[in-house]
Amino acid sequence: MQLDELYREVIMDHYMHPRNQGQIEGDALSIDLKNPTCGDEITLQLHVEDGVVQDVRFKGAGCSISMASASMMTEAVRGKSVEEAMKISDEFRKLMKGEEANEELLDDLEALSGVCRFPARIKCATLAWNALDKTVKNSEKGE
Amino acid sequence: MTTENAFIADFPILDQQVNGHRLVYLDNAATSQKPLVVIEAMDKYYKTINANVHRGVHTLGSLATDAYENARLAVSTFIGAHDEREIIFTRGTTESLNMVAHGYARQHVHAGDEIIITLMEHHSNLIPWQQVANATGATLTYLPLLDDGTISLEDVREMVTDRTKIIAMTQCSNVLGTINPIKEVAKIAHEHGAILVVDGAQSVPHMKVDVQELDCDFLAFSGHKMMGPTGIGVLYGKMEVLEKMEPVHYGGEMIETVELFQSTWKDIPYRFEGGTPIIAGAVGLHAAISYIESIGMNVIEEHDHRLTAYALEKLSAIEGLTIYGPQHDRGALVTFNVEGVHPHDVATVLDTEGIAIRAGHHCAQPLMRYLDVAATARASFYLFNTLQDIDILVDALQKTKEYFGYATR
Ligand SMILES: Cc1ncc(COP(=O)(O)O)c(C=O)c1O
Repeated sequence: MQLDELYREVIMDHYMHPRNQGQIEGDALSIDLKNPTCGDEITLQLHVEDGVVQDVRFKGAGCSISMASASMMTEAVRGKSVEEAMKISDEFRKLMKGEEANEELLDDLEALSGVCRFPARIKCATLAWNALDKTVKNSEKGE
Repeated sequence: MTTENAFIADFPILDQQVNGHRLVYLDNAATSQKPLVVIEAMDKYYKTINANVHRGVHTLGSLATDAYENARLAVSTFIGAHDEREIIFTRGTTESLNMVAHGYARQHVHAGDEIIITLMEHHSNLIPWQQVANATGATLTYLPLLDDGTISLEDVREMVTDRTKIIAMTQCSNVLGTINPIKEVAKIAHEHGAILVVDGAQSVPHMKVDVQELDCDFLAFSGHKMMGPTGIGVLYGKMEVLEKMEPVHYGGEMIETVELFQSTWKDIPYRFEGGTPIIAGAVGLHAAISYIESIGMNVIEEHDHRLTAYALEKLSAIEGLTIYGPQHDRGALVTFNVEGVHPHDVATVLDTEGIAIRAGHHCAQPLMRYLDVAATARASFYLFNTLQDIDILVDALQKTKEYFGYATR
């Protein structure tokens, strides 16, 4: 196992300088999610208008992988339609299982591909994505 | 004992490379490794005398029963119980503590009574008491921690009243390493007519625990943390409190007569061991106890102390490393955080060096909140660990800091 396979430069950059951190003022879908085995937590907020993710913010505490993955997720889905965001989420999950995934859709997220070789860390990387899926599902149920 | 450690050869699992390095196993507080004698004892049991206990008339049935009851006797002697009937086999500490909560506390704790626990409890010695308090209307209170992670007997004296029915406390914290003054707390408890329930999960494997000397009413521990197999544990209870405890598992093996609408129970301890018991597990635990006794608990204790003192000294010297818990008189573990690096990341880096440690909340969320951390890393030792293992840990932690660019930040 090579550490650099896991901790790619892009990941460390997002960990040290997280994007879209904070809170949305005004209307937003919101969720708090915890990883009960390790205590990592995230609050995710989505502002969706006309089926498009207009704004997305997160706050959280956790390891480099969970926080970098959250930051990268917000970048990946911001400005995308909810449908597209869900597609990216599906592809990301394939990446975590070590399956072939759509590189074009994943773009930068490909940097997290090393996580699948560190099974104990997969749940770190998927925390923010679980928050995304749950938020969208909750909003669909609400409608 | 220096780097030459005669016990290493007893543990087959240690003879392997993990991620290209010699395995350095420092997660004994989660579960310890097993010596060959334990593995072979269970193997032999299954190969030669496996049968159900307390029912068969046939030869294997009596041999299996003897093996199971001999294990009970060995446990009883090991912890200095008055009578082997005071030993109940369970699945582990968690089941033992739940048995006390359901079988004893739910019967004898009432609205307005008090249950006292400490802030350092493992979830398994915390949630059962929350549940008892919620169900009975009793009040659950927490003994505070001092700055060094210990409790004060003054606080105990102040908090315990005649309304206190139960004090439940760990003998050794799985996070802070704190050793609690069980004997003194037992005295205070009894002065007020309360009983003391002791979580021995981290103490029984590492120090001489004598229930008569401690005078605790219940003691719970797990076989797997003391070199025995998973799936077997113990609940010790004084005969007088066991007589007041209700069974929690109804079914076979625990009854005397069964009528259509009523039944009567077997004698203690069988009434508490409903269903086919964990026979091979008991045999494995017996072998683990024999192994410990062949070495001498005092030798293990001394070895643990030496490693822990060395680890504390070496780890304290690492800049940016915070160590939790008292400086002295502590269990065989060190819990810490590396500034700027999440414990998960620490554990992953160490894993690539073949070092196994624990990272997380260690099933003690209220304590984590009190320490104001989301998670911590923990290295925990046992007799097969060496000073060299700790040197390897220290080097790897330095490497972790460098890798995460501590110096440049
Ligand atoms: C202090 C303490 N109490 C209780 C337990 C629970 O033990 P088990 O999981 O074997 O039931 C543990 C082990 O994780 C522990 O460290």
